[in-house]
Amino acid sequence: MYPLIDTALIRLLLWAFLLLALLGLGVTAMRYWRRKLADQHSLVDRINALLPQTQCGACGFEGCLPYARAIANGQAINQCPPGGDGTIIRLGNLLNELPRTLNPAHGVVVEPRVAFIREDECIGCTKCIRACPVDAILGGPKLMHTVIARECTGCDLCVEPCPVDCIEMRPLGPDHSPRWVLPNSGSGTRTSLEVTR
Amino acid sequence: MSKLAHPVRGRRVHGIAGGITPAANKAASLRSRIMPCPLAPLYTLPLTQYKSVPLTPAVQAGDYVQKYQRLTTSANPDAAHVHAPTSGRIAAIRNCLIADRVETLAPCIELVPDGADTALGCSPVPDFRKLPTSELFQRIIDAGICGMGGAGFPVAQKLRLAQSADCQLLIINAVECEPFISADHALLRERAADVLLGAEIVQTVCRAARCVIALKRDMHAAISATRSALAHSTVEMLLVDSKYPAGAERQLIEAVTGMQLPAGSLPLEAGILMLNAGTTYACGQAVVTGSPCISRITTLTGSALTTPKNFEALIGTPVTFLLELCGVKQHDHTATVLGGSLLGVELASLAVPSTQTTNCLIAATSADLPQSEPELACIRCGYCADVCPVRLLPQQLHAFARNHAHAQLQDYGLTECIECGACDYVCPSHIPLVQYFRAGKQELRDATRHFEQAESWRTRFQQHQYRLKREKESARERRRPESQPTSAPVSRHSPAFSREQAQNEIAAAVARSKARQQARTNRLLASVPKSSGDPEDSGGVA
Repeated sequence: MYPLIDTALIRLLLWAFLLLALLGLGVTAMRYWRRKLADQHSLVDRINALLPQTQCGACGFEGCLPYARAIANGQAINQCPPGGDGTIIRLGNLLNELPRTLNPAHGVVVEPRVAFIREDECIGCTKCIRACPVDAILGGPKLMHTVIARECTGCDLCVEPCPVDCIEMRPLGPDHSPRWVLPNSGSGTRTSLEVTR
Repeated sequence: MSKLAHPVRGRRVHGIAGGITPAANKAASLRSRIMPCPLAPLYTLPLTQYKSVPLTPAVQAGDYVQKYQRLTTSANPDAAHVHAPTSGRIAAIRNCLIADRVETLAPCIELVPDGADTALGCSPVPDFRKLPTSELFQRIIDAGICGMGGAGFPVAQKLRLAQSADCQLLIINAVECEPFISADHALLRERAADVLLGAEIVQTVCRAARCVIALKRDMHAAISATRSALAHSTVEMLLVDSKYPAGAERQLIEAVTGMQLPAGSLPLEAGILMLNAGTTYACGQAVVTGSPCISRITTLTGSALTTPKNFEALIGTPVTFLLELCGVKQHDHTATVLGGSLLGVELASLAVPSTQTTNCLIAATSADLPQSEPELACIRCGYCADVCPVRLLPQQLHAFARNHAHAQLQDYGLTECIECGACDYVCPSHIPLVQYFRAGKQELRDATRHFEQAESWRTRFQQHQYRLKREKESARERRRPESQPTSAPVSRHSPAFSREQAQNEIAAAVARSKARQQARTNRLLASVPKSSGDPEDSGGVA
């Protein structure tokens, strides 16, 4: 008489099922972690894209990317003075947070500026060069330094290290090229002539 | 794409998408023939014929110049040079007001004519077919011609591009769809053969397989003149609907070939070159008579003029002088518009010279140019979408431009807008849509510039961080002691101690230390000339 139920087979099937379930669980967990990491990365990238990239460190972090990482981990979004209200609003939209005013502990909004080295006073100490986060200062030891104005972010970081105080921040000159403005914002230019219809 | 044979539709009349039919207002200026222009007291020749091509003056104040003499030099071999429109003395080279979309100050040569009009000798060519293509092209380059349709792009550069691209079709644009302008109409009516000759020359230079001249259906006199001139030419004539803006580049290409150019692509990428009729005429004259381009046909019209007409105006003639020639009704004259009534700009000052792109000057009365009515809310009637020749949705774009919604403006194709003003014209709420679009385009351009700037800063910051990391690693590498196995210290009192061996070891250590010091000095010496050249090598230098 054969046993009605083959216990060995059932046991085998049970083990196989358990193994498969464990495997599936592992794969799902791995996927989940990967996904979460990727999301985190893309979130950091998206936050970083909204930051002004001046790398000034006014937020308390070493640059824009470190601040973006911190924001992704819950740091306040109102610590970026060069970005001003526009950046805070855009960050708030991205992260579904209510926009706040800029935290005055980190500075105030200033107009775009560019560093300028008074070259006859420069002693060539290379301290500003080491301070510049975007390598926008050119020069060598005991040689005169100068700022590549096009690459300068106006971050202020070179002013403080200068032992002879020969660096000043100058505002970018206003743009005099003709600009089109939205019609009811004041100085609208009439361009088309009405023809009798 | 360029291999595509362009099926120029038969001699049917073709339409464009959308478009409007405003009153043409061309009859007044077409009543008389093209008139030669008398000498003005002063000619102001802008040195910026086209923004991207800077010209340096080759003459100084006080120099005597002859008619046709070249007055400028340029590093660019294809630059459109400035030539003296008549003989006289250079009064000054200074910044003057010119009308370049809006009035701006630009460096100009001021020429006071002596009235003798003595010209440099030119070398006419009776039959251009006997000249090699390179010679034809050189003559066109030397003539300093800019596109006379509006943008003023140097023709030599355009032809150079057409030669390197595979140009299949040359379209001569004589559509002139804007109200009031009749310069091309008058030109074709009186000099159709010369225009067609110019077309054949340009066709030879750019090696286009076929050449089509496009006219508007209601240019009757010009059509008949062109038709009779066509008997001696290989050029084909094509008529398009009397609609505005049938003469815009992309719209005309669509009407002629039935093909829509992809957004953002140039006509030359599809093997099509388009030139204005006036430009073609100037190219023809440059080859046949050998004279540079010193004049163009300019329409003077508007209700404030007693006798509107077309003048062959010398480049640099003051606008006031041209208007005076037609008799200005001073008390009626309220505004002057440069260009046609739809795309033209109102001149704030009349102290500007006419240029190669000055196709029309309208001396308007208050009836021509009524006060703009107040802007009302958009009622979503959709008339603007019906007339848009680019098939955009102006009412949507208007809402997006008001709200600074850059992403949507991009998505809805604002950059494809040709600013023709058809939507403005039909809008029952008097919304100045084109101005919204121009402001929106400006914002998009600014946003792109900021984005690119930020991207550049971001990469520079990353490279900076990377460099710091690498420097730190290389410093650690340098500090690592040289791998010299030292023998285990042996006590002086142990039996194995040998004085001799100890002294040898000490001497070896001293030698090693000296060698290290020498190496350090060498390294420092080697780094000195490098410090300014290679920023990556030395520690503190960036």
